[in-house]
Amino acid sequence: MNRDRTLPILGAVMLVVVLAGPLLPQWALFLVTIAIAKGLVALGLMLLLRAGLVSFGQALYYCIGAYTAGSVGRFFNVGDMLVQMIAGAAVAALVAFILGFLLARYRGIFFGLLSLALSMILYGLLVKSEALGSTDGFNVLPSTVLGIRPSEAWVRYVVAAVGCGVALLATALVYRYLRTPLGQLAPAIKDNEIRVEYMGTSVRNAIHAMYVIAAALSGIGGALAATTVGHIDPDMAYWTTSGEFIFITILAGTGSVVAPFLGAAIFGIIHTVAFDLSPNTWQMSLGTALLLLIVFLPDGLWSLFTRRKAA
Amino acid sequence: MDQIPAVIVDGIFYAAWLFVAAVGMTLIYGVMKIVNLTHGSFYALGAYAAASLTGAWLAKGYPPMLSYGVLLGSAVLVSVIVAPLIERGILRFMYAKDEVVIMLITYALFLILEDTIKLIWGVDPYFIAEPYGLLGSFDVGDLSYPTYNLILVGIALAAGIGLTLLLRGTRIGKLLLTVIHDPEVSRAMGINVDRFYLVTFTFGSMLAAIGGAFTAPTVSVVPGLGVEIIVLSFAVVVIGGLGSLPGAALGAVIVGLVRSATIHYAPEVELFVIYFVMALVLAFRPRGLFSLAEPRKI
Repeated sequence: MNRDRTLPILGAVMLVVVLAGPLLPQWALFLVTIAIAKGLVALGLMLLLRAGLVSFGQALYYCIGAYTAGSVGRFFNVGDMLVQMIAGAAVAALVAFILGFLLARYRGIFFGLLSLALSMILYGLLVKSEALGSTDGFNVLPSTVLGIRPSEAWVRYVVAAVGCGVALLATALVYRYLRTPLGQLAPAIKDNEIRVEYMGTSVRNAIHAMYVIAAALSGIGGALAATTVGHIDPDMAYWTTSGEFIFITILAGTGSVVAPFLGAAIFGIIHTVAFDLSPNTWQMSLGTALLLLIVFLPDGLWSLFTRRKAA
Repeated sequence: MDQIPAVIVDGIFYAAWLFVAAVGMTLIYGVMKIVNLTHGSFYALGAYAAASLTGAWLAKGYPPMLSYGVLLGSAVLVSVIVAPLIERGILRFMYAKDEVVIMLITYALFLILEDTIKLIWGVDPYFIAEPYGLLGSFDVGDLSYPTYNLILVGIALAAGIGLTLLLRGTRIGKLLLTVIHDPEVSRAMGINVDRFYLVTFTFGSMLAAIGGAFTAPTVSVVPGLGVEIIVLSFAVVVIGGLGSLPGAALGAVIVGLVRSATIHYAPEVELFVIYFVMALVLAFRPRGLFSLAEPRKI
């Protein structure tokens, strides 16, 4: 068997981004950072998808991460993006830990619908909460890193570079997790839950763990997006945001931990190009792409690579 | 406590609207096992078709009293054109796929339809307020309500009772129940399952379009109209139990009353409360209030 070079490759790509960063225009850095943020959410969704679970409400944790990051700045006057990301992940994981007791009992369409309802509850709460800016949301403090505030010209680059580093670390941890017995349960759960239970493992606990990890990843992604965009609003929890994440995950496939980032980057490119060409039909392009993917590449873009290897 | 009559009347109107908008979704899920996100698109299509056709009707100076027929006609027209196109053209090739995958496919179709609507009707709002004011108003206690609201109550009752009678009392209804129970065996027995799917999808979508068409006079018809209705319909049909007719009715009444009560007593939590009820019901009865126990499959 070939040695798995996933992590070195991902590290190399991130290194290229970090090194090439100063040469990239501001908008490209912005796209890269947002792709990393969304890739982190998609990575979490991928973990769930491996077990056959599709969450139609992952925007819940994305939004929690973003609002935690924003609140840390608004109420404690902390603009450090590392603190924001850690706080975002922690709060998202905590909420997921509590909700997980409920959600781990559900499968298939009902798992999707319940997670959708939960994300819409957050949306409904945020829209009406004056302290958090209701429908308008509020601005996030300018990003700082370890107490240093980068100059206006460099801030995008610094955010992108730190984002790269955090994403690489998170991905490495997920990669390790997938090689533990707990991580390898997911496909087995998808295939046949009852047999997994007969072998003496708790499916519910495995799903609960997966759900918390996915939420923490989404929380980091949300915090990163918040500090990148500099503004947050309740639409981050709306079901169409969850739809975007699912799109990215399906686009990427479950073949590798790198896939979600690739998916997010391609999503960003489709989004930008389609929106640029004709702002009123970019959703149509997305929908068509999704439809074609499901029909012709049901295992996502990543299956292109693995298929070629097999042949 | 003097608000109680208002809460109940508002709740009934809202429930009627919800039922018309959502019952198609439960029908389609019940028969075809598809969680249909294009439902919101049909709602929007109905609203747009009604807005432009009724607008044209009134502009020509035809009798305004007949504009209600035009509202209904435009919803029927648009769904009879678009729904078979989607079902025959795309969905029927997907039935073998997993429930969740089909839901994603309808999500893709929803995105496509959403922009198709923008391409056809543009992004400017449409207004057709005339049918709304035409019927005058009636009083409940010292509150005055537009009589127009009663039309939706009528449609909701007609749809609910009509569907129940159809399922329980006719040959077609019994055949449909067979198809729901086991499509494969039904097919082996010579029932044209494909046709049932086509008709169910068209009819279910038509109900959404009718909901949209009769809402059009009360709102401004703008892009994104269908987005909210999808999750609202979800909430309604999931509370009652996906695929159950009485469930959808109960879900609509629960959500209608709860929402009108919150609007009157605690307007800040209005949006939140609907999904809270949905989550609460799912937490205790995962398959909704009107669901039957299902065996776990090994």
